[in-house]
Amino acid sequence: MDNILNTVGRIFDIQRYSIHDGPGIRTIVFLKGCMLRCRWCCNPESQSFKIEQMMFNGKNETMGYDVTVGEVLQSVRQDMFYYRRSGGGVTLSGGEAMLQPDFAIDLLKACHANGINTCIETTGIAKWEVIERFLPNLDYVLMDIKHMDNAKHLEYTRQPNTKILEHAVKIAASGADLTIRTPVIPGFNDNVDDISAIATFTRLLPGKHRLHLLPYHRLGEDKYKGLERDYFYEGIEPPEMKAMKPLLEAAKACGVECQIGG
Amino acid sequence: MKSFDTTDIPVTKRVQKLIENLFEKMPEIEADRAVLLTESYKQTENLPIIKRRALAFYHILENIPITIRDLELIVGSATKAPRGCQMFPEYSYKWVEDEFDTIAEREADPFYISEETKRALKDAYSYWDGKTTSDLAAAYMAPETKLAMEHNIFTPGNYFYNGVGHVTVDYAKILKIGFRGLMNEAAEELESLDVSDGDYADRKEFLESVIISCDAAVIYAKRYAALAKDMAAKCSDTTRKNELLRISQNCFKAPEYGASDFFEACQVFWFIQMLLQVESSGHSISPGRFDQYMYPYYKKDIDSGNITRAMAQELVDCIWVKLNDLNKARDAASAYGFAGYSLFQNLCAGGQTEDGLDATNDMSFICIQASMHTRLPAPSFSVRIWNGTPNEFILKCAELTRTGIGLPAYYNDEVIIPALMSRGATLEEARGYNIIGCVEPQVPHKTDGWHDAAFFNMCRPLEMVFSNGVDKGVRISPATGDIASFKTFDDFMNAYKTQMHYFIKLLVNADNSIDCAHRDRCPLPFQSSMVEDCIKRGKSMQEGGAIYNFTGPQGFGIANVTDSLYAIKKLVYDDKKVTLAEYKDAIDHNFGKGYTEKATQQMVTQSVELLRSQGKTVTLDMVQSMCRAFLENSVCTDEQKAKYDKLLDMIDDVTKYGNDDEEVDLFAREAAYVYTRELPKYKNPRGGIFQAGLYPVSANVPLGEQTGATPDGRLANTPVADGVGPFSGKDKFGPTAAANSVSKLDHTIVSNGTLYNQKFHPSALAGEGGLQAFADYIRAFFDQKGMHMQFNVVSRETLLDAQKHPENYKSLVVRVAGYSALFTTLSKALQDDIIKRTEQAFTA
Repeated sequence: MDNILNTVGRIFDIQRYSIHDGPGIRTIVFLKGCMLRCRWCCNPESQSFKIEQMMFNGKNETMGYDVTVGEVLQSVRQDMFYYRRSGGGVTLSGGEAMLQPDFAIDLLKACHANGINTCIETTGIAKWEVIERFLPNLDYVLMDIKHMDNAKHLEYTRQPNTKILEHAVKIAASGADLTIRTPVIPGFNDNVDDISAIATFTRLLPGKHRLHLLPYHRLGEDKYKGLERDYFYEGIEPPEMKAMKPLLEAAKACGVECQIGG
Repeated sequence: MKSFDTTDIPVTKRVQKLIENLFEKMPEIEADRAVLLTESYKQTENLPIIKRRALAFYHILENIPITIRDLELIVGSATKAPRGCQMFPEYSYKWVEDEFDTIAEREADPFYISEETKRALKDAYSYWDGKTTSDLAAAYMAPETKLAMEHNIFTPGNYFYNGVGHVTVDYAKILKIGFRGLMNEAAEELESLDVSDGDYADRKEFLESVIISCDAAVIYAKRYAALAKDMAAKCSDTTRKNELLRISQNCFKAPEYGASDFFEACQVFWFIQMLLQVESSGHSISPGRFDQYMYPYYKKDIDSGNITRAMAQELVDCIWVKLNDLNKARDAASAYGFAGYSLFQNLCAGGQTEDGLDATNDMSFICIQASMHTRLPAPSFSVRIWNGTPNEFILKCAELTRTGIGLPAYYNDEVIIPALMSRGATLEEARGYNIIGCVEPQVPHKTDGWHDAAFFNMCRPLEMVFSNGVDKGVRISPATGDIASFKTFDDFMNAYKTQMHYFIKLLVNADNSIDCAHRDRCPLPFQSSMVEDCIKRGKSMQEGGAIYNFTGPQGFGIANVTDSLYAIKKLVYDDKKVTLAEYKDAIDHNFGKGYTEKATQQMVTQSVELLRSQGKTVTLDMVQSMCRAFLENSVCTDEQKAKYDKLLDMIDDVTKYGNDDEEVDLFAREAAYVYTRELPKYKNPRGGIFQAGLYPVSANVPLGEQTGATPDGRLANTPVADGVGPFSGKDKFGPTAAANSVSKLDHTIVSNGTLYNQKFHPSALAGEGGLQAFADYIRAFFDQKGMHMQFNVVSRETLLDAQKHPENYKSLVVRVAGYSALFTTLSKALQDDIIKRTEQAFTA
């Protein structure tokens, strides 16, 4: 146990009282570094593994710091009372948490050892051998499927979706409690056909799994400015609630349990 | 597991119309009570004071104009116009005269006053010179106490100028036996007196006064019975005619002999509630556990098919409206501290029975629904939560919270019950507690709690440590030594304790002086008749007739004191980054920052007056440059300002209360003990002890204006921290971290109540999941022995207003893409998105 507490990883934030990323009240640990470059990403500071500077609320802030499992565990444990009441726990997010497997798995183990329920929010892009190591340490898996069309996926995220889809099937087959999450992005997948395709895929996964449609928001826009990067979606309005309803209906029509928001 | 019908009941047109009518006009001051009171007082000068009070009450109720408003089902109005207010010259009146020409225009709680009313009041007031409780209290006070008050260390203004109130009487008993029942009890007691008893005269006078007061209530109710009958005879609308006849019947018998059904019980409840507020101007007359004592009448009528759930709901809604029909004019300064015309009529639902079983019933849900229907400030609606509270109850409460009206307030049985037992209540009594006023728990109808007895600004004694007990050139407290002499942090802390303890002693003197004045000039026979054990003891509450007696003055500014002490310990003593002298220099210069407009105005006015009194001429030019000097703090050189900025940065880097840091939080616990452990050492004239509260109502704003810069980096004349919460904007890790910090205080010792105000963005309460998480959040705070929690859910209107007036919302935090940001620093587009999300939260 002492050993795993010393494993070092790189995170850029710990956020408490999260209620949309897994069941109950959760603490999210954001790990730094991602393989995807989604054009709509609301956490652009998560993408590079490198520690970087970002202007935020008029101050220059350092994004990313190295911590031990023990240090993160101490933060996570602060909200034990809330997890116990709500059935919540810890959620690893990012970035892509699976890109720091040793740190992330030790953190999950340490949480379990402390009676803390675990969850991950993942792109599913890591190698299967890595994902396989995670699964026994997870109570819930939230996995993104952004598009069923490989070319479109590649264009908007800079990665193909082939491995991702394959891993979704394997994770489902492992018996994990899996929820598929789809960010609904204007001009990318905000239509009945694309959403229905994802919903159908979700239904066909082994076991019973849910689909969450997460409407695009641009609340990360200021961070692009802070990082002096261009924002692809500048000026694009988030979808209205009434535009989301037909997508929800379409997904439900495919026979999958679906909701808007996490 | 009990189950409840939680389906929504729609609001009726009548209730909507009643609310509309309530707000048709600006509240108005009426003179009838003051005139009748004065008439009676003039005729009773040779009688004992208790008798004079009873006879005056009788004279008022026999003659004060009565009215039944359109569509009302529950009747009885203290004033002709809705939301009007009667005056109480026996407590104080000079401020009213002083404000005759400004009260309609003032910022906080304005009142219309007609010329005719002014004349009538002026005439009545001519009798009262030197005869008020306020005059007597001032005469009783020690000179050093008055000095401390003049220097804004604390203010007992509430009871100094007004009645005490802050009581829950035995509603259940009067619903059952009526006022005649009380009169019979008093008569029996009279019979049993022995003329040779030493206190025979006192007891006799008191018991006769009880009988006169209760008789007055019966006569008043019968006047309404006659009026309703009269109106029915003239009414051409059959439905309304029948309603009026029913009203007449309700008023005729039930107030005197007790209620036989739910409708009558509602009417009797209202007469008790309203008449208590005609006898005295004390606020926080709290209905208490309404769901408990009304339920038997509801259950009986539902079971017999006499009423439906919807009919009961409408009656309860009508009571909610009536609670807002009462009003109270306070002096300008107090109005600022209690802003919002609030009477703090605290009504409670949920909790446990005296046997320790869950007490939630269908009436508890009807109460929540009534607050949803009316969305008015009254009643101050409280809910009691314990480990056995049904989930559907707390979820329904959360739905009410989500509407953004700031109700209900949540209370933790698991802390309050032991807190009350530690002050002498039995287990059964403690389980039956309810909340008085803002947040004060007590054993109902057995307690004279004197809650809310003063506002004590915990930051001011800290200032006195730096100034060695001198304020504005005057010595107001002991010399605790030059700051240079404090070699260790303990030296500093000891000086702070000495200053605190000195002022607490004076606070006790202030409260006890006022207490004696109420005993001597305004005993309340009507109120006392409904509180144990006044009839048996043959004395009024004001003389110590209640079983439990407390005085509960509330301290505030705990977050600022904690952050200040911790910053001094860290920066001066641990890290030695700055000397105490440098710290003092920075505070004295307001950290080089400009003063607020309001403070500048005051300081310039004072300077001009001083110059003029010295016979000097003051030019416009001089005034302008003085204003500039204060607004820009141009006394400080750039060099000084840079130095102070550096100190502010250092202070900023020291961890603050509210961030779930054990070391800082335990510091807060110790700092609170300086106040909470000292008070119970003192006694009040009613035979009880002092007990501390930690809450400011809204006085943290006006009293903050009287407070200099503090070592936590808070600038001069700006608001002090609200309740026991972290200082605005200093908590950086969200609601769980802040709540964990607050839970580190010892809430159980603060038996007069703590107040924790938590701000939430409504998106956090969206959907079933959000609502459940919110409920779980409250329970987890309560698991950690937090006492109270209430929520300020930011509304769409607030956000729109913040876009228009960013200067008023500098610390408004919203949740954005996984982080919290200051709303006003976001771009317009982003602000719009957040506003949209706010709307969605309510429809999700």
